[in-house]
Amino acid sequence: MERIPILRMGRLLLVTIQVDMHDRLAMTLQDDLTNRIVSDRATGVLIDISALDIVDSFIGRMISNTAAMAKILDARTVLVGMQPAVAITLVELGLTLEGVSTALNVELGIKLLQQGNR
Amino acid sequence: MSDTKNTQLENVLTTYQSELFEGWMSDLLGRVSRRDKHAEAQLRQQATQFLPLLADTLKKSTSLSIDGATWEEIRHLLSDISQNRARQGYSSIETANFVFSLKTPLFNYLRVALADNPTQLSEEVASTSTLFDNLGLFTIEMFQKTRELIIQRQQQELLELSTPVVQLWKNILALPLIGTLDSARTQVVMENLLQKIVDTGALIAIIDITGVPTVDTLVAQHLLKTIAAARLMGADCIISGIRPQIAQTIVHLGVNLEDVITKATLADAFVIALQRTGSNVNQIENER
Repeated sequence: MERIPILRMGRLLLVTIQVDMHDRLAMTLQDDLTNRIVSDRATGVLIDISALDIVDSFIGRMISNTAAMAKILDARTVLVGMQPAVAITLVELGLTLEGVSTALNVELGIKLLQQGNR
Repeated sequence: MSDTKNTQLENVLTTYQSELFEGWMSDLLGRVSRRDKHAEAQLRQQATQFLPLLADTLKKSTSLSIDGATWEEIRHLLSDISQNRARQGYSSIETANFVFSLKTPLFNYLRVALADNPTQLSEEVASTSTLFDNLGLFTIEMFQKTRELIIQRQQQELLELSTPVVQLWKNILALPLIGTLDSARTQVVMENLLQKIVDTGALIAIIDITGVPTVDTLVAQHLLKTIAAARLMGADCIISGIRPQIAQTIVHLGVNLEDVITKATLADAFVIALQRTGSNVNQIENER
């Protein structure tokens, strides 16, 4: 079955979304991610969407939900690598993803998470 | 249109060409507001081109409808003249008069040529009048088109000119906004800013609205959109250059800027931005 890989970097988890999301994939990802947060005792999650040219309201909500789930498990979520066109589209859609931290790239995202933990 | 009718107009044009030309020129020069040598020379040159071409076209053409292929050259010449005049700032009336003022002298000579045939004269005058009306309208249309093109180009230039994104420091961008923010400009501003954030890896963008004359709810909403988009990319925004009246307006309008850092001047915003971008700041402030 199709799966989105979750990479572990110290106590951070890195998820890189490179394919079109659909319901099943999103559910699997949320399942996997919550399990991994618990089993790896992760404190932060990085979701990299730099490869996505199109982010619709579905993916936007999925990201918001995932961030909320991670928060309950005491892990901060940072969304990294959003393309300018995607940002404009999301704003026009009225999805400003309140409650999700953002960073320009993975490097800055890691820095942000580490600062938060200090 | 029968051929005989055309022939008369043609004959008049060929026979009295120089007289027609002089009559036309004096009429034209009387109406044109610019009386400098250059304009006059240009006018003469255009008129000398137009008259023989018209006579020639009438000879070749079987109909007086100017849409035909034989009228191609005339249309081309007239559109050239119109475009020229539009660029030089003539008014549309002055441009159309180029064609219309030929009517009076032409009618005079038609009357001379057809003095003994009033019926044909009136018919001839009517058809000639229609022809020149069409030519004149065509001139005005070309004039208008050229003006629209000029306006479009200027709008485009204005759009490009007015949205620079400058890098103030490592990781700090400034976006000095000048003029009113409408939807189209917001789009350009947003795109420029976001692209620059990607290019430079900036963490903070200062949006300076000193040059924005008024801030209404729409402008405020556009600003908030830009800020939200930058935030999604992982960059924070600071609004600076808020004038006292604008601060009052914003509060009266009930626009919520709570979540945005606002500063009165660009300098204050810059200091905050420096502090936020990390340890470099201390060094810089010690050097001062």
